[in-house]
Amino acid sequence: MAGDKSVETTGLMGWLDRRFPVTSTYKAHLSEYYAPKNFNFWYFFGSLALLVLVLQIVTGIFLVMHYKPDAERAFQSVEYIMREVPWGWLIRYMHSTGASMFFVVVYLHMLRGLFYGSYRKPRELVWIFGVGIFLCLMGEAFFGYLLPWGQMSYWGAQVIVNLFAAVPLIGPELSLWIRGDYVVSDATLNRFFALHVIAIPLILVGLVAAHLVALHEVGSNNPDGVDIKKHKDRHGRPLDGIPFHPFYTVHDILGVAGFLFIFAAIVFFAPEMGGYFLEYNNFIPADPLKTPPHIAPVWYFTPFYSMLRATTTQFTWVLIGCALAGAVYILAFSKIKGIFRLIFPAVLVALAIGLWVIDAKFWGVVAMGGAVVLLFFLPWLDHSPVNSIRYRPGWHKALYAVFIVNFLILGYLGTQPPSDVFNIMSQIGTLIYLGFFLLMPIWSVLGTFKPVPDRVTFHAH
Amino acid sequence: MPIEPIIDNGRTMIKKLIGAVAVMLTCTAAIAAESNYPLEKAPDLVANKASLQNGAKLFVNHCLNCHSAVSLRYNKLTEIGLTEEQIRDNLLFTGERVGDLMKIAMRPGDAKTWLGTAAPDLSLIARAKGINAGPSGSDYVYTYLRSFYRDASTLTGWNNLVYPNVGMPHVMWDDQGPRELTKVDVHQVRGKNGEPNTWERVTTAYDAQGYTSVKREPLPGYTGHATSESRFKALNPAQATAYERDVADLTAFMSWMAEPNQLQRKTLGVYVLIFLGLFFVVAWRLSASFWKHVR
Repeated sequence: MAGDKSVETTGLMGWLDRRFPVTSTYKAHLSEYYAPKNFNFWYFFGSLALLVLVLQIVTGIFLVMHYKPDAERAFQSVEYIMREVPWGWLIRYMHSTGASMFFVVVYLHMLRGLFYGSYRKPRELVWIFGVGIFLCLMGEAFFGYLLPWGQMSYWGAQVIVNLFAAVPLIGPELSLWIRGDYVVSDATLNRFFALHVIAIPLILVGLVAAHLVALHEVGSNNPDGVDIKKHKDRHGRPLDGIPFHPFYTVHDILGVAGFLFIFAAIVFFAPEMGGYFLEYNNFIPADPLKTPPHIAPVWYFTPFYSMLRATTTQFTWVLIGCALAGAVYILAFSKIKGIFRLIFPAVLVALAIGLWVIDAKFWGVVAMGGAVVLLFFLPWLDHSPVNSIRYRPGWHKALYAVFIVNFLILGYLGTQPPSDVFNIMSQIGTLIYLGFFLLMPIWSVLGTFKPVPDRVTFHAH
Repeated sequence: MPIEPIIDNGRTMIKKLIGAVAVMLTCTAAIAAESNYPLEKAPDLVANKASLQNGAKLFVNHCLNCHSAVSLRYNKLTEIGLTEEQIRDNLLFTGERVGDLMKIAMRPGDAKTWLGTAAPDLSLIARAKGINAGPSGSDYVYTYLRSFYRDASTLTGWNNLVYPNVGMPHVMWDDQGPRELTKVDVHQVRGKNGEPNTWERVTTAYDAQGYTSVKREPLPGYTGHATSESRFKALNPAQATAYERDVADLTAFMSWMAEPNQLQRKTLGVYVLIFLGLFFVVAWRLSASFWKHVR
C-alpha cells in the first residue's frame, strides 16, 4: 500500500505498528531500555511510588462514588463508607495508608537521588520534574486532608490557609480568595475537593510522565554514579546495562511484594498507626467554634512545619546575620565570576532588608516553602567532582547522616506542642537544613575524593 | 512560635460571643478542661459477644438519651449476635425502626440549656480519645466512667478525675453505689517574705455526699517531685465490683461501635499477609531465576 510505514512486525501488531508506535515504545521504555545492572535496595522506591500513585487513584475513584463534599454531610459520609459501603473500610484505609506511604516511599526515593547524585548533569530535568511531583503531592495531601471534615482537617486547613494572610499587601485578600469564605467552610471544602480529585491529580500524572520520559532520554544513574554508556558492545548496548524488562520488572515485583506486605500489615492491623496516619482528633466532626488545644499537621509535613514555627522575630535576626555574611563572603572570597558576583550579594542584602522590614510570620511561610523550593536548585548547588556518596570523603557521609537525623528531629518537633527548648532545637535544625543546601557549593568540593571506577561494581547474585 | 488560628469574620465572632454568653448563663461544662489523669488499660472484650450485648443494653439504656450515635444503625447490632426481634423488643423504646440510625430526640439547643453543652455524639468517641503513641480511646472511656466522684461544689453534684468539672453527671451512680474519694497532692508552697519554698501534702477527702475535709501537712526536708494520687473506697464493694464489669462491657461496646468492622479487618488481615508472604517467596525465586544469568 502506498504511503505505508515499513515495520518489522506482522499481523495485528504490524497493523497497529503502522498506525501507532506500539512496538517501538515498548522497546524504548521496557525491553530495550538498558538500565545499569548494579541497582540496589534504594532503587525499589521509584516503581513503588508509581504503584502507590495507581493505588491512590483507583481507591480514590471508589471513595468519590460514596463521599459527599458537603460540610453538613462530609464527616458522616466517610463513616458511611467505613460502615455501610461493602468493603468501604478497606478502600478508605488503603487510601489513608496510601497517603502516608506515598510520602515514605517518595522521601526514600529522594534520599536515593541525594546519595548517588542522580540529580547531576545530565539528569537535572529528571530531578526538577521530581521536585514538581513532590510539591504536587504536598498539595494533594493538604487538600485531601480537609475532606473527612474532622477537627484536625478543619483546624489544620484553617492554620495553613491563614499563613497566606502573612504575605505583604495582598495577604488577607489572598487567604480569603483561597478559602472562598471568611473561615474554612463549605465553599472551601468544595474547592479543595475539586483540586484534590481533578486539578492536582492531572498535573501529577503529567509530571510523572515527564519524569519518566526525561529519565529514559538520559538513562538511569546507578549507585556508583558512573556513566554506563561509555562502554558499549558491538551492537551499541551498554556493557553494564541490562534490559529493563524482564530483569528489573521481575526485580521490582519482588519489591512490590515486600512493600505490599508492610502496607497490608498497616491497613489491617494498625490503620491509625498510633495516631500518626489517622489523627485521633479527626474522628470528631469539625466544629468551627471549638479550637483543639493542639493542632499538628500529619507527620509528613511536620519537618517543614517545624521550620515555619522556628522562624520567630529573634530568629530573623540570625537569618539577617547569615544573609549579610553570605554577601560579604561572595564579594570577598568566592570564585563566582561575572555578573553573578554582584547579583548574589545584592539578592542577599535585599533579603536581609526584607527580613528586617517584613513580619517574621511571613518569613516563616517563606522558610517552609523555601525548604522545598531549594530542592529545585540542587543540581547547581552540588559541585562535587563525583556523583555517588561512595566516592566522597568520609566526613561528607557524616554530613548526610547529620542531615537525615536533623530532618527526622524536625519532623518529631513538628508533632509536639511548642516549648522553649523545642523552639531552640527547631531553630538550630532549620539552620542545619538550610546550611546543608546553601553551603553545598563550598563543602561539596572539599576533602579527598576516592577514585571513581571506570565500570560499575557488580557482584553476581 | 505557636500559630494562632485567626478567625477574621464578624459573623463568627458574633456567633462566638452568643455562644460565650450562653455558656456563662448556663455556666457549667464548657469551662471544663481535660486533665492528665493516668488512664487505665481497658480490658479487651471487643471479641466477646456476651460483653458486647451487655454493653449494648447499657449503652441504649443509659447513654442514648442525651448522647446520640448517629453513625450506627440499630440493626448493625445483629453483628454482635442479637436478632432483629431482640433489638426490637429490648432496645427500641420510642417508635424507632430497626433500620434507623441511633439518633436522639433531644435537640442540641435544649441540651445546651439543660446541660451547659450539647452532649457529644458517641459513635466514634472510643477512637477520638486516643493519644498519639499512647493510651487508646477505649482506655479513656474505661477510666472516665470509673472516675466519677461526689462533689457538692459542682452544679450536678458530680465531678470526674479524668475530665474535671465535666458537665455530665454520673448517670450510672445507682449501679456503682456510694464511694468516697481521697485525693493526696504533694506540692510546693511559695515562701512568704522571701523565705524558701516549702513542700506540703494536702489530703482532700470527699465523703459519699461530696462534702470535703481538707488536711494540710508540711513536709520538711522533702526532696521529691510534686505528686498527685487519688484513691476510691467503695462503701458497697459487691455493687462496685458488678459496676466495674458493666463498665468493661460498656467500654467494649463503645470500642466496637467506633469501628464495627475491626474484627473482620483483623481476621482478613491474617489471610492477606499469609498470601503476600507466599507471593513474596514466589517473586523472590522468580527474580533470582532471571538474575542468575546476569554476570
